[in-house]
Amino acid sequence: MSATVAMASGPRAYGRRYWVFAVPAALVVLLVILFPWIFTIFMSVHDWKVSGDTPYVGFANYAKMLHDQRFIGAVWRTLIFTAASVIAPLVLGVWAAVCFSSNFRGRGLARTLFVLPMMATPVAISLVWTMMFHPQLGVLNYLLTSIGLPPSTWVYDGSTVIPTLVMVETWQWTPLVMLIVLGGIASLPTDPYEAAVLDGASAWQMFRHITLPLVMPFIMVAAVIRIIDALKTFDTIYVITLGGPGSASETVNILLYQTAFAYYDLGYGSAMVVVFFILILLISMLLLRLRQREDLR
Amino acid sequence: MIRRRQVLASTAVLAAPAIVAKANAQSAFDWKQCKGQSIEINFQLSPRGDLVRHHIKEFEALTGITAGFEQIPEQQQRPKVAMEMATGHPSFDVVNVGMHVQKKLVETAHWMEDLRPYLADKSLTNPDFDFGDFSKPSLAVATAADGSVNVIPSNQDLFIVFYNKELLAAKGFTAPPKTYDEMYAMAKALTDPSKQIAGFVGRGLKNANVVLFDNILLGFDQETVTPDGKKLLTDTPAAIEAGKWYQKIMRDCGPPGNIGFNWNECQTTFMQGRAAMWWDGIGFSAPLLDKNKSRVTDKVGFAPVPAGPKSHNAATFIEGIGIPKAAKNKKAAWLFVQWITGKDMMNEQLRAGAGTPPRLSCYGREDIVKSSAFPKEWFDTTGISLKIARPGLPVIVPVTEFRDTIGAGLTNIVGGADVEAELKKATEAFQPVLDKANAG
Repeated sequence: MSATVAMASGPRAYGRRYWVFAVPAALVVLLVILFPWIFTIFMSVHDWKVSGDTPYVGFANYAKMLHDQRFIGAVWRTLIFTAASVIAPLVLGVWAAVCFSSNFRGRGLARTLFVLPMMATPVAISLVWTMMFHPQLGVLNYLLTSIGLPPSTWVYDGSTVIPTLVMVETWQWTPLVMLIVLGGIASLPTDPYEAAVLDGASAWQMFRHITLPLVMPFIMVAAVIRIIDALKTFDTIYVITLGGPGSASETVNILLYQTAFAYYDLGYGSAMVVVFFILILLISMLLLRLRQREDLR
Repeated sequence: MIRRRQVLASTAVLAAPAIVAKANAQSAFDWKQCKGQSIEINFQLSPRGDLVRHHIKEFEALTGITAGFEQIPEQQQRPKVAMEMATGHPSFDVVNVGMHVQKKLVETAHWMEDLRPYLADKSLTNPDFDFGDFSKPSLAVATAADGSVNVIPSNQDLFIVFYNKELLAAKGFTAPPKTYDEMYAMAKALTDPSKQIAGFVGRGLKNANVVLFDNILLGFDQETVTPDGKKLLTDTPAAIEAGKWYQKIMRDCGPPGNIGFNWNECQTTFMQGRAAMWWDGIGFSAPLLDKNKSRVTDKVGFAPVPAGPKSHNAATFIEGIGIPKAAKNKKAAWLFVQWITGKDMMNEQLRAGAGTPPRLSCYGREDIVKSSAFPKEWFDTTGISLKIARPGLPVIVPVTEFRDTIGAGLTNIVGGADVEAELKKATEAFQPVLDKANAG
């Protein structure tokens, strides 16, 4: 009866009657999400320091970014780091998911061991990796030299620091991709595979032409999550390299943290946050659009 | 086996009754005047912080004040303190300030309570406190241009040279180097890549490396900024010479990957017996004597830094303890400040190897030397280094940005880049930042 009344009076009348119930949630959103954002944008158009006056400077902080070689370098490094930290876990994660979807002895234990890195605290594992990377005393160089390979400088050299950090990211987040894709594979119908077997398709052909297209929406979900995560990576880089050596691993996150909390230039730091947020938003929207297109296909 | 914390804990137990008894003996001063109050204390993570933690109960017993104590690594403590001070509502009544980094900031922002009225008030300050006992460099750092005393100096860290006696002896060296040239020659002779032994280890990581470079530059009788804090001196002929010396000792005699070494990587390398000499702060001494961490406990030697071509100076970095203007319990906070910077606790700091106190009366005391876990050589090195101490960082507001910008150039120099070009580029990049900071 009440449903009939609500339907009859229309959604607007429903909204007028019950709007008060939405107020607490709206207030939380306003205070926790909107206010910090508005305040960040407000700070970004001021020369905001931790002490003294905070004069209005318009878009000067944004204009400064266009000529700031350190910021431009950080953007490039962020994009390179993100691309590598997404592609490597995606490839390995899909491969692992295919492996773990087949039946073999000890599969449960192997899956559990495989997802362990994802459960660890990033700061804790970063500290452990830092010790392992030590060029003279780290276990990694010990292992390399034990099998006759030359030692590496890992994060202690500008040319190897980004690939090494990507290796840590890949180690930690490949299990996440594997779990998402594994869920996708488990939901696939068996009919296409039976037909393919009858037609004499090879394992590679079945993967390439059946599994991969069918799990693509799941891969896209994993890609979106990984891209957002990789763009935001802070803890791993901060703990292991602090953005060094020099500025070789200084991503936008590290730079804006330094700008705001080490140089106390909160105005410029806020402008970087705004630009970086727009960048993440655009990339995420692009990926979601691609995913929708994939779904429609 | 001696661990640093065990040393601190055991010395605390031995020293506690004496400290409390002595403090109680000063009956003229009322330590209980703020009994029942509470204070919050914020310290950087350091051996000095550990010392406070081990003795805090004695302070509570002496004064009847309840003390909450928080220790945070310096890279997080500095921004936390700055942000909380800026809000006008700090969560602490007492704060440990790295004056070598934040002196100019706390002065221009007027965040700290001027401690002169407290020092002058006989009902608030123990007659035994003796403010004149502090070294001149430390008082200069604690005092602003207008004469206000923002902090009481609590530590005067000094750069020294740690050396591995066994490695030096194996190559026929009987004493640590006395000059830059001697140090390079020795480091070169001691370097043996086949055994993974570096003749010299020092900071190469951006920001961290600036203090080492600054100390090298002091040997050329030059600092990094003019005394008025307006013009950078990081691309002068002396700076370029210092950069070249830094480059050659780091590249020819350093371990692989030293481009990314902060003090902790240097310390680990030295403690594992993989480096013959290490140039860094005396505050890092204690773990070298800890048998659970170090393989060089019976081989480590301590020496003043070598003399440069024009001057002989040890870089010094001064910490202080102060009270924010917005603190809630200032009198109780002041009792803590004068207790921790008083003669007894400063002597204890030196004896435990938790730092080098800025109080002159702490030095030359045989009882402290005898009861300490540190050898006499360590105390001798401290005494000499105090006499040749000179500020290791410029007194400017954007110290961290200065360290990052110049430090990035220095990292490139260690990587093999042209010294003059890198120093000029870094100087050009930072001078506008300094100009803006000076313009207010």
